[in-house]
Amino acid sequence: MRKWLVFLFLSIVVMGLTGSALAQNKVRLTIESWRNDDLKIWQETILPAFMKKYPNIEVVFAPTAPTEYNAVLDTKLKAGTAGDLITCRPFDKSLELFNAKHLDSLNDLPGMNNFSAVAKAAWSTDDGKTTFCVPMASVIHGFLYNRAIFRELNLQVPTTEAQFLQVLQRIQQTGKYSPLVMGTKDQWEAATMGYQNIGPTLWRGETGRQGLIAGTQQYNKGGFLQAFEALAKWRPFLPRGYQALAYPDAQNLFAQGRGAIYPAGSWDIATFRQMNPRLELGAFKPYTFGTASQCVINDHPDIAIGLNSASKNKEAARTFLAWVATAEFAQLYANALPGFFPLANVQYTVSDPVAQTFLSWRKECQASFRTAYQILSRNANPNNENDLWNASAQVLNGTFTPKQAADYVQSRLASWYGPQKGK
Amino acid sequence: MKRKPFPWHVVVFLAPAVAIYSLFMIYPLIDSLILSLQNKDPDGAVVFVGLQNYQTLFSSENWSKPFWNAFWNNIEFFLYHMLIQNPVGLLLAVLLASRIRGGWLYRTIIFTPTILSVVIVGFVWRLVLNPAWGISQGILDAVGLGNLNQPWLGLENTALPTLSLISVWQNIGIPMMLFLAALIRIPDELLEAARVDGASAWTVFWRIQLPLILPTVGIVAVLTFVGNFNAFDLIYATQGALAGPNFASDILGTFFFRTFFGYQLQPGDPYMGATVAGVMLLIILTGVLIYLFAWQRRLQNIQF
Repeated sequence: MRKWLVFLFLSIVVMGLTGSALAQNKVRLTIESWRNDDLKIWQETILPAFMKKYPNIEVVFAPTAPTEYNAVLDTKLKAGTAGDLITCRPFDKSLELFNAKHLDSLNDLPGMNNFSAVAKAAWSTDDGKTTFCVPMASVIHGFLYNRAIFRELNLQVPTTEAQFLQVLQRIQQTGKYSPLVMGTKDQWEAATMGYQNIGPTLWRGETGRQGLIAGTQQYNKGGFLQAFEALAKWRPFLPRGYQALAYPDAQNLFAQGRGAIYPAGSWDIATFRQMNPRLELGAFKPYTFGTASQCVINDHPDIAIGLNSASKNKEAARTFLAWVATAEFAQLYANALPGFFPLANVQYTVSDPVAQTFLSWRKECQASFRTAYQILSRNANPNNENDLWNASAQVLNGTFTPKQAADYVQSRLASWYGPQKGK
Repeated sequence: MKRKPFPWHVVVFLAPAVAIYSLFMIYPLIDSLILSLQNKDPDGAVVFVGLQNYQTLFSSENWSKPFWNAFWNNIEFFLYHMLIQNPVGLLLAVLLASRIRGGWLYRTIIFTPTILSVVIVGFVWRLVLNPAWGISQGILDAVGLGNLNQPWLGLENTALPTLSLISVWQNIGIPMMLFLAALIRIPDELLEAARVDGASAWTVFWRIQLPLILPTVGIVAVLTFVGNFNAFDLIYATQGALAGPNFASDILGTFFFRTFFGYQLQPGDPYMGATVAGVMLLIILTGVLIYLFAWQRRLQNIQF
């Protein structure tokens, strides 16, 4: 036994030595990331595909826990020990790194023209001129529904607000199922899966979102006010006691088949597949309105990857980044992580049919993302994103009228944000 | 006469406690107070601003409104403990002190929630009160009051009372134990003499037991006060850092947490956070000083 162990140990040492001898002419890249959940996917699927194509580059995926990532990365960057490739959080966190000269500009990277301006916005300077991370994936908002319940009640998938409300009414009349499964206790669902889900169609997507940043549009006017009004119409269809239902409660209700429609983010697909594999899941996109018939989806940028300015292997790192912008990467990533959609305008197919449905909306609709994420939430108090959570939850709780909610959010934004001052 | 040598042993014995207390309590306290007197100028450099942060906290509407909301909520939270937890705790202690059968069992059961983690308590109560599958609905249905059930933690006028009562439920063991310890110390002769004189249990309580445990009543009150104005964990575990709905359950602890550490997209502001902490210190200090001067001094002569 002992002998065998010694032999095993020696052979490992020998293999290690020859391995590192072979690696002498190999360039080694390290990726910093907070996605420790995805370690296996990177090690077994994504990186082998890259290294097969570029045998002289070795890539190591070195994740930290999500809650510690920002602090650990900051420390490593300051000490000069951070990896060559940095996974980028969206918006201000990465902009901070670029401004501190920790990230290189990637404007001239081959493949960057595969991304639209909306896709790049989360990792670009405020003027949109410089992009410093290659967008990897976004999450898309929409509605999930229980196909078995729709079949049983003989319902059609709604595409307009009128149809949507009619379907909800029909489900309510039968009294067997909760028509619309969402709670307001955690507040963020009301804003993220409610207001920011159906809203972009009403405020004409990017036109509205950029109008807010420029100060030409207001939360208490036009599409932004209409979105609060549209949200208020959900109120009678929420489950009993929704004011005290948290996010996991709503997920459980829907997974158990006790509710028909679930306002969702695409990451929920994987959750429901796991919670109840027999649930007959379907999806439909945010409905349109009589006054706003062009659909706009909330295609929210979530994850990207950039180049450490202090890297010693920039050439190899840029090769990897250019590969991230290709269709091959998109294909691998989308199927390994259903619900996270690569942002590149390249052809890729996903095998999960519901994820496929979400993805197909990109072709039919325009895209925008959550209004408070770029620039508008830089202030600590009042904070635009927190205000939207509170206002949206209160509209659904019936303690704010849509107009009150819109005025509340607008006046607090105008209290500190220059372009909105006095509006 | 020989001068007494300097009592070095006293210094040696005190040193570890003084050093540890200074390092981990006094120094952070002073450092936090200094932080509250600083802020960043537009270029991002840290500057001394005097009391300006405190002025902002009380005069700017964006700060003063949430602050006073948290303050009054905190008073309400405290009153629930003072008016329910402590009197009921006293009642339980008197009952247990009368040597009822199985007293040790009741004592253990009532004290058990106190040793549970707040996270567990918050989680359990969230399940009990859950509108979708909580047992509160079933219990009320069983007594025919099913339609009285409310989403207690989700409504603005019931969230804070509900959380206060959960906290009372969890912590009632502490005043009970303190009162019980004081009651047991009362010499039996006093109680027996009173009974021989024909005093009812009611008279014994008001004329003998209560006056003799008054020092404990004071200590329990001040412990409740300090504990409640430092409270944070139960609200955070049950309602999250936004202390919803619409900040109806926001108390000073959660307000401080959001300000100092930030939340979701809200960036943290250590300077204003330290300011809130400074005001909390002042409030607690005031309460403790009132206790020391108005209550404890008058009690010094009561002895048995």
